[in-house]
Amino acid sequence: MEEKIKSIIKTSGNSPDRLMDILLSVQKEFRCVPEEAVSLIASALGISEADVNQTKTFYHFFSSKPVGKYAVYLNNAAVSGMMGMAEVADEFEKQAGIKFGETTPDGLISLDYTACIGMSDQEPAALINSVVFTELTREKVKEIVAGMKEGKTVESMVPEYGDGNNAHPLVKSMVKNNIRKAGPVCLGDYDAGKTLSKALSMNPKDVISEVQKSNLRGRGGAGFPTGLKWLFCSQESGERYVICNADEGEPGTFKDRVLLTERAKMIFEGMTIAGWAIGAKEGIVYLRYEYDYLLKFLNSILDEMREKNMLGKNIMGKGFDYDIRIQSGAGAYVCGEESALIESTEGKRGEPRNRPPFPTQSGYNEKPTIINNVETFCSAVKIVEKGGEWFSNMGTEESSGTKLLSISGDCKQPGVYEVEWGMTIKEMLDMVDATDVQAVQVAGPSGVCVPPSQFSRKIAIEDLATGGSMIVVGKQRDLIKDIVLNFMEFFEDESCGSCITCRSFNMILRRMVEKIVEGRGIKPDLDNMVQWGEIMRNTSRCGLGQTSANPVSTTISNFRELYESKVKDVDFQSDFDMKKAIIESCEAVGRPPVVHE
Amino acid sequence: MSKPIIATASLAGCFGCHMSLLDIDDRILKLIELVEFNKSPIDDIKTFTKQCDIGLIEGGCCNTENIEVLKEFRKHCKILISVGECAIMGGLPAMRNGIPVKECLDEAYLDGPTVGENKEKIMPNDEELPIITDKVYPLHEIVKVDYYLPGCPPSADLLWEALVALVTGKELEIPYELIKFD
Ligand SMILES: Cc1cc2nc3c(=O)[nH]c(=O)nc-3n(C[C@H](O)[C@H](O)[C@H](O)COP(=O)(O)O)c2cc1C
Ligand code: SF4
Ligand code: SF4
Repeated sequence: MEEKIKSIIKTSGNSPDRLMDILLSVQKEFRCVPEEAVSLIASALGISEADVNQTKTFYHFFSSKPVGKYAVYLNNAAVSGMMGMAEVADEFEKQAGIKFGETTPDGLISLDYTACIGMSDQEPAALINSVVFTELTREKVKEIVAGMKEGKTVESMVPEYGDGNNAHPLVKSMVKNNIRKAGPVCLGDYDAGKTLSKALSMNPKDVISEVQKSNLRGRGGAGFPTGLKWLFCSQESGERYVICNADEGEPGTFKDRVLLTERAKMIFEGMTIAGWAIGAKEGIVYLRYEYDYLLKFLNSILDEMREKNMLGKNIMGKGFDYDIRIQSGAGAYVCGEESALIESTEGKRGEPRNRPPFPTQSGYNEKPTIINNVETFCSAVKIVEKGGEWFSNMGTEESSGTKLLSISGDCKQPGVYEVEWGMTIKEMLDMVDATDVQAVQVAGPSGVCVPPSQFSRKIAIEDLATGGSMIVVGKQRDLIKDIVLNFMEFFEDESCGSCITCRSFNMILRRMVEKIVEGRGIKPDLDNMVQWGEIMRNTSRCGLGQTSANPVSTTISNFRELYESKVKDVDFQSDFDMKKAIIESCEAVGRPPVVHE
Repeated sequence: MSKPIIATASLAGCFGCHMSLLDIDDRILKLIELVEFNKSPIDDIKTFTKQCDIGLIEGGCCNTENIEVLKEFRKHCKILISVGECAIMGGLPAMRNGIPVKECLDEAYLDGPTVGENKEKIMPNDEELPIITDKVYPLHEIVKVDYYLPGCPPSADLLWEALVALVTGKELEIPYELIKFD
């Protein structure tokens, strides 16, 4: 083991900021990160074991005990649940003869749940040793587990390959793109290198002002003006970095997956243009581990671009040196938050930083850094190609251009749609062929649950902002149990635990929702939940805690009757059960469990 | 108008909250003018002799007697206040909540380093004794609680301001320092 680990450390760069890569390789090799590895890594990198352990224990895909030779991670996000996850889970348990959370005694199969893996348009889906299996059914599970027992490779169990680059020899995945509507910006025609060559002949300042002219706002959810971000960073001195946020962790989004598959060059080109604009020499893509199946392919594209002199030294003969590397994540939603992402890229726990300073002032390695979403970089390419004005003529006043929507749930045409900002929810539902809709969850769990009475609202940053996640919830669903409870379980799991309110209230709110689902809720619980959510919003450090009460607060505000029909109209009700509370101690001391009242 | 009547009790607490009440120093004379005490360790009245207006309780519930007393208080007091961390969240005694009761009892009566001789392995199980509950419960999980005064203990000033506000009907103005704990 020692030799193997030493060689992993050596090939990964032998530096504390490559700890993520080291741990990922160790996990892959040994199916866990054993204690022995922790001390070897610590002494090789010159950091403490506690440092290694805190990174190791933070991420979902690092484990202390070996996972199975076939490690199944079934997505338990809300949409997966809607599409029949329970049946699939049951079949896995039956076939493997173990429960979720367990490994077969022979170490062959382990079953675990995981948060949304970016396949909401083809659920239920699972990762098996980082190979994606979509649209699972009982039948398919039977075949898969039989294959495992025969010792087949996971790759050979993939029944057929998806469309486009999903079938690329370095991808070979069954994932489908499901591009339902291509627009003029991200999914339209694209000629690799054309815009880069144009940008490199422009003054970097002019590149930034073109982006400013377009009014492009960040596509990752927060909607910060991209040009302004670039301008701020370009005004800082010294070394600078460009980071592409490909963490796509918000349950229900999968549009970055499609861009990474079909527009990889465009993303890298956008990052290079950004590097030219702000004066950076290095770009980093933070790729969520769930998209590890694209890693080899993406690296091959980078190689190809290096060969074509679109990356590397003296790009296109314009005297600009710039290169891009890919940093893999290891399963943590909060790492999509920009400062947590930076921490993670530096090999640490993905714990958000205090702001200010903002990343544009002090980001990766404490150097000025711009972080943008995958789609933002793609949009920037088209803006530089066709001009800011062309872009700003599309969309609405405050939201220019087009937006990729990842639409999933109860509709006949789930998939990726590139539409101009300003479409109403009603129009969107017609577009995806959804009928009998109870609600639309806009912008994922951290967004808003919109009722039919508000379906004339617009998808735009000034009305219903979204990073792309759109989940259609049909009338047949139990909104509180299937959606709200699932979302709160997600946030409870994903809170980094740094702020006390986020750490505890996500759990408390989850328990309150559970209480209501189980029929033990009372009317004052509703106002309490809203109030506690407000406290959490005001006292949490990052966007996770600031928005994680939204599933509760937006449904209480938009579906109050539903809640009221489930809670008792009393002031107080105790769940305390005296009989249950004394049984244990009476047994321990040997006396009858009787209370004389 | 007759004076408002106050009752107090310490359940699974350390009496620190009561001590804090005594820490109002000479204001205790003013307090006596403002209110009348009924069941309370302060005047040593052991059982309720009439209906009260305000019940102050420190400590959570760790056994059946605590629960009984708490329910008595709820019956006899118009307003019930959880005083201090233990009453509000279980406090220090709730440190045992993650440990099975049997383990706690074994440690206390059989295995602990301070146990001494207990050859017959006797556990306190006389019928007269209260029964330990599986967990230490905060008050509001058992009865309705109207107000909460945080702190360990809540400072004398906080207790004083809260009581005066309650009995005079004035709005409670709490300076930030009184409820800032770090
Ligand atoms: C908990 C949390 C998760 C996030 N996840 C992502 C993500 O997966 N992808 C993303 O682009 N932005 C995500 N963001 C937003 C980023 O912090 C950041 O605003 C964004 O990457 C900036 O790029 P943009 O301006 O191009 O949108 C997340 C924010 C929070 C608070
Ligand atoms: S709000 Fe939650 S996720 Fe964000 S820093 Fe605080 S504890 Fe961590
Ligand atoms: S809150 Fe503090 S002072 Fe009050 S009873 Fe509990 S431990 Fe004692």
